[in-house]
Amino acid sequence: MDEFLSATIRGLAQGSLYTLLGLGFVIIYKGTRVVNFAQPVLMIFGAYFTSYFVLALDLPFALGVLAAVLTTAAIAAVSERVALRPMVGEQPFSAAMVTVGVLIALQVIANDLLGLELRQMGDPWGLSREVLGGVAIFHRDIAALLITASVVAGMAVFFKLSRIGLALRAAAFDQEAALAQGVPVGRMFGISWAISGGLAALAGLLVGTGGAGVDQNTTFIALKALPAIILGGLDSIPGAVVGGLAIGMAETYTKVYQPEHFAWAGANFDQVVPYLVMLLVLLVRPYGLFGTKEVERV
Amino acid sequence: MRGRPELRTSYESDQAPLGTPAKRFWFAALLIGAVLLPFGLTSELNALIATAFISAIGAIGLNIVTGYAGQVSLGHAFFLGLGAYTGAVLSGPTDRNVVGLGLDMWIWLPAAGLLPAIVGLIVAPVAARLKGLYLAIVTLGLVFLGEHLFREMVFLTGGVGTGRSSAKLEMFGTRIDQRTEIGSYTVTREMKLYFVGLVVLLVMAVLAKNLTRSKVGRAFSAVRDRDIAAEVMGVELTRHKVIAFAVSSFYAGICGALLSTTTGFIEPGSYGLLTSVNFLAMILIGGVATLSGSLLGAAFVVLLPRLVQEIPHFVPFVESGSTGGLITTFQLETLLFGAGIVAFMILEPRGLFGMWVRAKTYWRAWPFSY
Repeated sequence: MDEFLSATIRGLAQGSLYTLLGLGFVIIYKGTRVVNFAQPVLMIFGAYFTSYFVLALDLPFALGVLAAVLTTAAIAAVSERVALRPMVGEQPFSAAMVTVGVLIALQVIANDLLGLELRQMGDPWGLSREVLGGVAIFHRDIAALLITASVVAGMAVFFKLSRIGLALRAAAFDQEAALAQGVPVGRMFGISWAISGGLAALAGLLVGTGGAGVDQNTTFIALKALPAIILGGLDSIPGAVVGGLAIGMAETYTKVYQPEHFAWAGANFDQVVPYLVMLLVLLVRPYGLFGTKEVERV
Repeated sequence: MRGRPELRTSYESDQAPLGTPAKRFWFAALLIGAVLLPFGLTSELNALIATAFISAIGAIGLNIVTGYAGQVSLGHAFFLGLGAYTGAVLSGPTDRNVVGLGLDMWIWLPAAGLLPAIVGLIVAPVAARLKGLYLAIVTLGLVFLGEHLFREMVFLTGGVGTGRSSAKLEMFGTRIDQRTEIGSYTVTREMKLYFVGLVVLLVMAVLAKNLTRSKVGRAFSAVRDRDIAAEVMGVELTRHKVIAFAVSSFYAGICGALLSTTTGFIEPGSYGLLTSVNFLAMILIGGVATLSGSLLGAAFVVLLPRLVQEIPHFVPFVESGSTGGLITTFQLETLLFGAGIVAFMILEPRGLFGMWVRAKTYWRAWPFSY
């Protein structure tokens, strides 16, 4: 039971990482109908800049994270302006392919910045933990959950109450109508990219905390957020939260229990469980759990 | 009709491959050129062009499912891997690590296509339910699951780090992967690879051309352009999506098996997402839904690294080693690849083939550019 509880908390923390990344995917998808395959590299940039600002420039941790979030958001907004804006109105797949190109190109820069070492985040919680009635709880997991919870709440408030949030929703709902009402739709695209860049940066921080560190091979962790959003539905923000947490927990339970119960599935099976869960869910619901089914007309 | 090659009086003649004398002439000229070329090149370049030919087979396969039938697949690498391992298991020797049956090439080459095609048939009904980006992400999952399988089925694949030797190019007792001396002249391994690649590519390309101009091919385009409209007109959606997936997987399997013979070695890690992206880049850079585009794109993607290797001779701040300089050739190559995808998608969505068509129409109307 203790093992189960600590696996649950671990899983929720892992899931909160996918939630942050998934939110980024969904915000861009809702706004521009593009799946942003460049998200993984934005996450790496976030982790690198956090490491750079906190450890190399010696900024206070919170300030360093904020600076990293802003820098990554700026990189995301610039990529959108340069590479994605000309693709407005093209096939969604063409635009998705452009983001793959952006991923490949930016990855070169990220790898060059990272070098060959493992970058630590300089986070205050590190590997410390509490033991509550036999259940070990790592501070980094609590931190991940708290950060994600506050970000999700903040996003909800931002989209519901702020002027820009309203404009973003309007642009996502109907671009022409939003344009007619004076919403600068192009700028909204940039803002949604900047927001998901910032979310990816936070995810990068979470990947690297607790001594895990970030190096050149960390990138593809972020792709596991894709099963999460497919599970929840590509265009559903609650779906990203639920999907992210579910995938994180499925992955962690597999990691804990599979080696003793299903050893035949092979080492590192937990790494592919997200994709397996995604396939099974899509067999039943082709648009995910919360996604809107597209109404089609000829 | 003599002297008026552009005049079409029937659908057949409109759809005929090499429909004009000029096309026939240039095709023959290109073919003769392609046959003579390897005798004038170094072994390294021959091997590289052989790789391009073989990759073009895979690119044609991806073009059938993604270009013609409009079903975006990021799972191509998985089928490539399946083909490579089928070939290797059927032809290789059994040693202490891996299973091998030691069969001839005329058995393993078709089998390397058939097994992926069958797996494609199994996967396709799931995929046929999905659309657009959902499909892309699910096929992405296929790649990760496949990589896991390849890593774990050690008795077939040798496992991570160890790998296994690829399929053996031996047909009717003739070793293709060894040099032979004919009199005083040496036919190198690379030249033979080149011709194997060329012949298989020609056969597969002709088959693909015929498929795309048949009833099934027209149904593919209908499904791609407007699936519901196609359904209303009596095109069975699921059936044609499944056919597209199976045929595409067949091509991928053949490509994967042959591609692994160029290096002679297979490692589970080589069938990841990046391989899929490479093939998508081939068809997008070459030209979606065109066969010559697949070939051009494959040549571009395969030859780009070799071209970039030449850059340090001309540009000072590019370093040919693995470190130092402002940027290494490897970094530059990857950067150019990424930027190339972006640039083609934005500036010339029809790819190299589109550029060729534009150039052709320009010169046909010259000097009247309008």
